[in-house]
Amino acid sequence: MTYRFRDLLALEPLNADELTFLLDQSKPFQEIQRHPLKKLATLRGKTVALAFFENSTRTRISFGTAASRLGADTMNLQAEASSVKKGESLLDTVHTLNAMKPDCLVIRHSASGAADFVARHLDIPVINAGDGTHEHPSQGLLDALTMRDRKGSLENLNITILGDISHSRVARSNIHLLAKFGCRFTLCGPAMWVPRELESIGPPGASIRRVFRIEEALEDADVVLVLRVQTERLHEPALSAGDYILLYQLSAERLRLAKPDAIVLHPGPMNRGIEITPEVADGAQSCVLEQVTNGIAVRMALLFLLTSGVAEEGAVAAAENQPKESTHASH
Amino acid sequence: MLLIRNGRVIDPATQTDALRDVLLDGNKIVEVAAPGQIQLDAHTCEIFEATGLIVAPGFIDLHAHLREPGQESSETIETGTKSAARGGFTAVCCMPNTRPVNDNASVTRFILDRAKTSASVRVWPIGAASVGSKGEAIAEIAAMREAGIVAVSDDGKPIATAKLTRQVMDYCRSLDLPVIEHSEDVSLAAGAVMREGVTSTRLGLPGMPAAAESVCVARDVQLAELTGARLHVAHMSAKASLEQVRWAKSRGLRVTCEVTPHHFTLIDEDVQYDSRYKMNPPLAAREDRKALIEGLADGTVDAIATDHAPHEPALKDVEFDRAPFGILGFETALALALEQLVHSGRISLMRLVDLFTTGPACVLQVARKIWPGEPGDLTIFSFDHPWTYDVKQSPSKSRNSPFDARTFKGGPMATIVAGKIVFQR
Repeated sequence: MTYRFRDLLALEPLNADELTFLLDQSKPFQEIQRHPLKKLATLRGKTVALAFFENSTRTRISFGTAASRLGADTMNLQAEASSVKKGESLLDTVHTLNAMKPDCLVIRHSASGAADFVARHLDIPVINAGDGTHEHPSQGLLDALTMRDRKGSLENLNITILGDISHSRVARSNIHLLAKFGCRFTLCGPAMWVPRELESIGPPGASIRRVFRIEEALEDADVVLVLRVQTERLHEPALSAGDYILLYQLSAERLRLAKPDAIVLHPGPMNRGIEITPEVADGAQSCVLEQVTNGIAVRMALLFLLTSGVAEEGAVAAAENQPKESTHASH
Repeated sequence: MLLIRNGRVIDPATQTDALRDVLLDGNKIVEVAAPGQIQLDAHTCEIFEATGLIVAPGFIDLHAHLREPGQESSETIETGTKSAARGGFTAVCCMPNTRPVNDNASVTRFILDRAKTSASVRVWPIGAASVGSKGEAIAEIAAMREAGIVAVSDDGKPIATAKLTRQVMDYCRSLDLPVIEHSEDVSLAAGAVMREGVTSTRLGLPGMPAAAESVCVARDVQLAELTGARLHVAHMSAKASLEQVRWAKSRGLRVTCEVTPHHFTLIDEDVQYDSRYKMNPPLAAREDRKALIEGLADGTVDAIATDHAPHEPALKDVEFDRAPFGILGFETALALALEQLVHSGRISLMRLVDLFTTGPACVLQVARKIWPGEPGDLTIFSFDHPWTYDVKQSPSKSRNSPFDARTFKGGPMATIVAGKIVFQR
């Protein structure tokens, strides 16, 4: 088993074996997080470019730490300080970075498809660290790793996702990953954040349903994934924070409706007191801090796989692997 | 003198589908007769051998953006009309969203002057409905009509309010001009970059629902009834809009509509973050495409129009949500119509020619037929000649076509404008 892509742009195209492979590859790096000395020399001499065109603290630090624990150097681009503000196009910016000869580019961008777009123009591996409201594949992997550790297996879990799912790249990556292991999804939030099209985004046969009452959504849940309420979206003519808390806040009382051993995940940063109560966030069922630690392990595995050359044989550039154009003469 | 010899003349206006020789003299058609019947002097007459080809009245494109004045890095009247000629179009209606907007007679005259010196085909300007297409005050439509506009539109966006639309319709009724509407409820479409649906949800791209178009069409057909104006719905993409037009026609309203080749060929599922698939209205759902093809077949749709919208590579080669809307259209329109509508058995060749000639001519209330005394505008095309579209060869200044490298069966072979061959393959 090897990883067959040059890049990691999305979890949607990966099958269950490939996803299992990526999770298994993360195991040894989880061990390293427990060591007193965490630095390896595996990627010594390699350079990882971190191009963050959108504000990010935890993902950027997590990728940076992962690179440094593998012995790689990093070059950092942050939108605030960069030429992006001077009107340079994304393509020119990444071509410039690429000319500094990194071995891998990690990109975070507010535009859905930005990582895909960049990968089509570069000849080095590209890792999507979150593109708009599309996918956040390393987050999906670290969430799954956390669930697998706690539950023993990913097979057939009942997953309840709470919040603004339509604008969540984390939700999409989780759905694309977990659906391949037979997990059943209950999506819960106000209807404008849970459009019915979400029921159809998974692989064929995926079980995805919408529920608008949190009490019903939590019944029988093995995993509750709480999404961050992006407070700026509350200003859209949609919903008040007060109404959201009333209807959808995950409280200890509501969590008791889930299975007794249900676990709670949150991609962070949390709005304590809005989508989740402090009691739940800090409770025994919460995996929030494990997720952060696992994030480094997953990202070490990804950087190792994509830049060390182990995946090079048989790796396919994403651009070549995707249908460039389909014709619809037949429908 | 130019003799088009032994072509299969297909002319909806005269209901002709027969082998004919067509003789042009100066800028006019002078004789149409069975092959070999025309007496002529072989020394002074140029002969175009059209055996095996179809000879149609000159194609009219009701909807194009030539970008001049103001955005000459993306297209000019010269490059745009060269591309149009390669697509078989003999006349192109250019939308007023230039810089400055064609909202007064001096801009209209500028466009027509540029066309006179640099255009390969006829350029028929469309004037803005409102000053600056801002939707506040009615533009100087009468003065623009004097200067040569053939219709009004605030294309790129709808006429902003129902009240202004009503006023423009009332005014245009008295001036006998069609009102061409880019139907879109801008509040429903705000921020959207493609059609809302499973694909937009999967890709995480903001989508506009079909209703963003159809609620505006519903508004406009009712205003057309109120005012008696001629309403033409531009680049219609949604099944629900088509149903509105069908309703309007059944009530005898003077409502017409056009469909673009990309909307009857592609669907939202084809969008893969490739900005060459980004246009407005966006590629629609599978069932919309099916309904549009039915409308093209049953006569509800009056015309095929390209919405040729060039954008230079620097503008288009960016993140999907930042790219401007629009794709090239002239050179692939006929071939896509043959592929999707004729070769698939959905419509006859006569109907295809109608959609490019008499259909749009009726919208503009001009004549279009192959008959002595008529303008010498002809489109000669092949039904089955295999060819591959290479956008790099296009005279257009832009390259934003999703159909680059597509292989076709049949397409334009020659374009004749005012008795002169302006394109020949």
